[in-house]
Amino acid sequence: MPQIITVDGNEAVARVAHKLNEVIAIYPITPSSPMGEFADQWSASGQTNLWGTVPLVQEMQSEGGAAGAVHGALQTGALTTTFTASQGLLLMIPNMYKIAGELTSTVFHIAARSIAAQGLSIFGDHSDVMATRATGWAMLFAASVQEAQDFALIAQASTLKSRVPFLHVMDGFRTSHEVMKIEALSDDDLRALIDPELIWAHRNRALSPDRPFIRGTAQNPDVYFQARETVNPYYQSVPQIVQDYMNRFAECTGRQYRLFDYVGAPDAERVVVLMGSGSETAHETVAYLLGQGEKVGVLKVRLYRPFDVNAFVQALPQSVRVLAALDRTKEPGSAGEPLYQDVVTAISEAGLVDRVKVIGGRYGLSSKEFTPSMLMALFEEMQKPSPKNHFTLGIIDDVSHTSLPYDPNLSIESPEVKRSVFWGLGSDGTVGANKNSIKIIGEETDFYAQGYFVYDSKKAGARTISHLRFGPRPIRSTYLIQKADFVAVHQLGFFERYNVLEVAQEGAILLINSPYGSAETWENLPYEVQAQIIEKKLKVYAINAYQVAREAGLGNLMNTVMQVCFFALSGVLPRAEAIGKIKEAIRKTYGKRGEAVVRKNFAAVDAALAHLYPLEVPPAPTSLKHLPSIVPPEAPEFVQKVTALMLAGKGDTLPVSALPDDGTYPSGTTQWEKRNIAQEVPVWDPAVCIQCGKCVLVCPHAVIRAKVAPPEAFEQAPDGFLSARAMWKGLEDQRYTLQVAVEDCTGCSLCVEVCPAKNKSQVGRKAINMQPQLPLREQGRKHWAFFQHLPEFPRFDGLSFNNVKNVQLLEPLFEFSGACAGCGETPYLKLLSQLFGDRALIANATGCSSIYGGNLPTTPWSKNREGRGPAWSNSLFEDNAEFGLGMRLTLDKQKQYAQGLLLQLASEIGQDLVDALLTADQSNEAGIAAQRSWVAELKARLKDHTDLKARDLLSLADVLVRKSVWIVGGDGWAYDIGFGGLDHVLASGRNVKLLVLDTEVYSNTGGQSSKATALGAVAKFASGGKTTPKKDLGRIAMSYGYVYVAQVAMGANDAQTVKAFLEAESYDGPALIIAYSQCIAHGIDMAKGMEQQKLAAESGYWPLYRYDPRLRAEGKNPFQLDSKPPRISFQEYALHENRYRMLKQINPKEADHLFKLAQESIWSRWKEYAQMAEAHTATTQGGAGQAASPAELREEL
Amino acid sequence: MSKLDLTTTYLGLRLEHPVVASASPLSYTLEGIEQLAEAGAAAVVMYSLFEEQIELESHALHHYLEYGTHSYAEALDYFPKAHEFNLGPQEYLELICTAKERVPIPIIGSLNGASPGGWTEYARLIEQAGADALELNLYYLPTDPTLTGAEVEEMYLEIVREVRQHIQIPVAVKVGPYFSNLAHMAARFVQVGADGLVLFNRFYQPDFDLEQLEVTPNLMLSRPEDLRLPLTWVAILYGRIQADLAITSGVHSHLEVLKSMMAGAKVAMMASELLKNGPKRIKEILQELRTWMLTHEYESIRQMQGSMSQLHVANPEAFERGNYMKVLRSWRPDPTGMLLG
Repeated sequence: MPQIITVDGNEAVARVAHKLNEVIAIYPITPSSPMGEFADQWSASGQTNLWGTVPLVQEMQSEGGAAGAVHGALQTGALTTTFTASQGLLLMIPNMYKIAGELTSTVFHIAARSIAAQGLSIFGDHSDVMATRATGWAMLFAASVQEAQDFALIAQASTLKSRVPFLHVMDGFRTSHEVMKIEALSDDDLRALIDPELIWAHRNRALSPDRPFIRGTAQNPDVYFQARETVNPYYQSVPQIVQDYMNRFAECTGRQYRLFDYVGAPDAERVVVLMGSGSETAHETVAYLLGQGEKVGVLKVRLYRPFDVNAFVQALPQSVRVLAALDRTKEPGSAGEPLYQDVVTAISEAGLVDRVKVIGGRYGLSSKEFTPSMLMALFEEMQKPSPKNHFTLGIIDDVSHTSLPYDPNLSIESPEVKRSVFWGLGSDGTVGANKNSIKIIGEETDFYAQGYFVYDSKKAGARTISHLRFGPRPIRSTYLIQKADFVAVHQLGFFERYNVLEVAQEGAILLINSPYGSAETWENLPYEVQAQIIEKKLKVYAINAYQVAREAGLGNLMNTVMQVCFFALSGVLPRAEAIGKIKEAIRKTYGKRGEAVVRKNFAAVDAALAHLYPLEVPPAPTSLKHLPSIVPPEAPEFVQKVTALMLAGKGDTLPVSALPDDGTYPSGTTQWEKRNIAQEVPVWDPAVCIQCGKCVLVCPHAVIRAKVAPPEAFEQAPDGFLSARAMWKGLEDQRYTLQVAVEDCTGCSLCVEVCPAKNKSQVGRKAINMQPQLPLREQGRKHWAFFQHLPEFPRFDGLSFNNVKNVQLLEPLFEFSGACAGCGETPYLKLLSQLFGDRALIANATGCSSIYGGNLPTTPWSKNREGRGPAWSNSLFEDNAEFGLGMRLTLDKQKQYAQGLLLQLASEIGQDLVDALLTADQSNEAGIAAQRSWVAELKARLKDHTDLKARDLLSLADVLVRKSVWIVGGDGWAYDIGFGGLDHVLASGRNVKLLVLDTEVYSNTGGQSSKATALGAVAKFASGGKTTPKKDLGRIAMSYGYVYVAQVAMGANDAQTVKAFLEAESYDGPALIIAYSQCIAHGIDMAKGMEQQKLAAESGYWPLYRYDPRLRAEGKNPFQLDSKPPRISFQEYALHENRYRMLKQINPKEADHLFKLAQESIWSRWKEYAQMAEAHTATTQGGAGQAASPAELREEL
Repeated sequence: MSKLDLTTTYLGLRLEHPVVASASPLSYTLEGIEQLAEAGAAAVVMYSLFEEQIELESHALHHYLEYGTHSYAEALDYFPKAHEFNLGPQEYLELICTAKERVPIPIIGSLNGASPGGWTEYARLIEQAGADALELNLYYLPTDPTLTGAEVEEMYLEIVREVRQHIQIPVAVKVGPYFSNLAHMAARFVQVGADGLVLFNRFYQPDFDLEQLEVTPNLMLSRPEDLRLPLTWVAILYGRIQADLAITSGVHSHLEVLKSMMAGAKVAMMASELLKNGPKRIKEILQELRTWMLTHEYESIRQMQGSMSQLHVANPEAFERGNYMKVLRSWRPDPTGMLLG
């Protein structure tokens, strides 16, 4: 009997890949990262491959690097693989040509994903693999988790035999992240297909100095072409080799696959052709239609490359009249998408053009839902005499009119399948519990099981939706549940924000987690929700799961409580048995974390059912609450018409015409999304406040803001609006107010932690204190609205914004992002936006900051009342420094051109204005304001000129106002994948500012090690603790001598941070700021993030410094060490963090060893820095050591 | 010199002399224990295993491994999945086990439990790890005004009773001085099975930081004058209860060792002095002890044990209320203002 396992596609594939390889080069990219993580963890824990040796797993600096390493490992004879997706696969293309050209056996496992075009998408389609068609790799497409596992083996066997490298493809998320019950392959199964002779042959072809040869020559016109044709026989043999292995595989496992698998009526006239997970839905739909007497079929493409025309034609029923090829990719401008073109070619070459009509269309881009209803619409279209070609499925295309209409309410789901949908919060453990439930049902019952999880676009207060199916037959529904018989809503607030009951079928069970009793729970449901419950005759149950969890000592983790209720109400298993299995699962999942954790979860399980109660549903709705509007009426039209639908989860209904055609979206839309996710928010106590501005500075979401305004501005203030006498010299007659956007706050409480002012009568209270949000919500909304109408403090009138206290009065132009609560990165971005936002261009590397900075539906970069604000864009992960440099090149060039035009047009414009524009001192806010007014005057004078030069100048006039180019990204970008570019851009001498938000891991993909990861820290891909020290990026940058460099940590010294930003920006050359940014991946109490920054600096681990090349010209030492010598040990800092503590728990001896090395490294680096700070600057007095200024360098260039 | 007999017995263990290293960070590592043994400690009481800390560690690990997980599609978790975690008592137990192999002196485990099951479970594990004896560190600070002294006392006794029933090795009880009648409590501890009493636990007394307005948890090392309290009580209890007595708190030199012995203690335990001056201090103290005994013509430690206990002094009231009155009457205003400063 095969072993039954319940796993997702990534795990299923990684199991086989880890067994069948010796070297694995990895790099994180969604959605393939977990494959690399599994491989790394298994190797770290000593798991061996099929031949009893532990595969060597090596993280690289980029996918390009991974492909290079793979190429090298293959050329020296190792069985080698990698895992990737999307842009990562694109970075591998150059090596893929080489690997194929050299006929090298390897399999790359791909979780196929969209390519960034008008916008990035992490979700699944075939755009990435289709971009590699020309490389000469075979492509084998898996349609399900079972197939993904099976094809991993078949691909490996086939590549060894054929020598053609294989891409093994599964659909990103839909298959890579879908949890399914599958039959596991045993080692014997693997051995049955992997021929050792072929492995020896692979090794024998490798480079070796013991039998040297040369491979990788440069070839000339005389032979390149012929040499390129030498490989043809190998490609011709691939289909038969794959089919042979599929047959052998069937002998071992009973699962028979073919190059093209046909399912349907033997006399079908209409057949769809497709590959990947969509073919499962097509299979299900065809089976349904056959039952309805329709003559239809589906041809599933397994081996897409090499495309075997004969096998394709033979797999089709003779009766076929219309073929529809469905592509999960888009090739704008092509004659048709790839599969369509292949099908057209195949039909043509088979001489069937007269008999078979071929149409093609696109579906499912970026994990767009692909449902039976859409397929039924297609089959109907195929019946028409002239069916639409180049159609789209699943969208409304009202621009090019490609879409086929379908009935979104039509469902063919079988009644024998139990379908449950769970609405949870990321932080409540719903998904984890559901994954356990699937395992329990999948592995302990005869049911087949499937789980798919939909996540939020925001990181803080994130909503999750779990879709679980269980049934007696294999489940082929690769789409979201359409009609659920069980709906659980784990947060009462969801009823107001989402139509959670839309999916509930009549008579379904509804389970609600509610903090209230029975009657109160009912009254707290909005009227419209009550009406739905009554109309759909839902059976409603409720429980205060938070209370049960808290009483069991589990805090907010109420997942096991809800899991017990699910089993009890759904009746999938007898209750007692279910509870036993849940406990087993708890022990298995949490047992390693200590008995105390297990005991408390058991207590929650035991207490759950006693608190579950049925909710009495009256015959008619009674609630006084109605569903609030998604966005307020004052929101702009685009937000009303487009954004609001996305926010409501109705983005799928937006037609093509509603969306911008070039990826351009309005700034500052987070302000319209009131998420109300904080349970507690800060409340200001003016009597205690010293108006220092620290809370405003550290707030990651810009929800705490301060203003100073004349008393009369407060005259119309709403009740309870607080203000105090302004504590600024010269502003004593004005009022100060500190306001909190309670509906936007995430409740992280960083502000309270950082507040230095304590109440003298109760020292536990400060100038701001956390209080429950709900009672404050209404009033808070009014106060915030009034606050926004108060005048902004003038930027150029009196105050210098060079300290924390004054900076609080600058309007942030980065607000309410979707970053995690307590994020360490966003306060720096907000500061940037306050200081320079109205004239900043931001190039943002892909990563956390590009996601919370640019992920739809709403985005945080905003604008001020004058309509100015940061212009933000994201190019790629690897090229961000170059992208930003390009922005600067434009500005420099255009400014130069505009200045030239000014001189040329001086007589028409007026010499005074030209002089003013050309000689303006824009080193301060007043100067910038003056220049803006002169530019406005210039525009006015040029307005009516028809001369080309004048119009040219008019179009460029704004460039005369000083702009600030900021190149922003995380350490994955700066230290690893983008380092080459970063280095080059620093070296260019151009006036660009690089801000590295250093979390010391790849935060966005879940905490993989980067070269910024600290010695001794545990991270993914460094499971045993990183054994090498963090790269000293600042030191590298300083080595140029003309780069401004600062290392900052706001929590350690906020004044130094502000100073560094101002100095960096004012420097006419490249500047680099490395900013300590706490992250969830550090495993700290995020509320203590600033305290942790302080400890990092105090331990000497994170010395604060500034290197200002300008000081050299003044005869001073450019290097200023802003930290005091270490006064606490490394461990006193590090052991507050799970990433270090965990190593002590995994391997105490190694922890002691690495922590000792870390301490030594801190001391030695400190010594070097101290010496640098003390070094005499005599050599810089015009001697050989003096670096030229960037401006001088540019002149020379 | 060779005639001097420094040996003593404690909890049925024969010790070369009465200077024992009490529970402290010095026993966190094998190297630390080895240093103590090399410096001549007669026995080592291990640092305390805190059940609460084990639970906290477990919860912290669980919390941080779960925090932020399954929220965002690109980062379903943030830490690698570890094969095993070395949580809780394993490290402690392994240390006892290795220490037993590496040093010739007795190793006494020390336990501070938090739950009834925890006390017995961990006591058993410490016994299995090879500890020669177990010190129960009854450190509990009741702050609930509705909890009576009798209830607290009964809780303590129940712990000792339970542990005693589950393990075979000798058990000492380390307590604080805050009982209405310590002598009675001491007797009851012995009744329920304590083989020894360790006087006294140093209770955590935090300080205030007036600049930051924070309560600061800084631990104060003991001073020689802290010996007074345990000295008094050992002297009172000596001969009245059938258990070995140990003094801890305030032992900094051979003088406090001598006083402890004369009061009736079987051993004098040290931590603060060793933390301050290193384990090598034991050697010096033993040398000074020998010199003192020779000068004062003592032959053995046994000879002096209990010699100044309440039972054996000429003026037993010196330990009681009469003495208190005398002390009060002996007080005179300090004309210089220096003595009271």
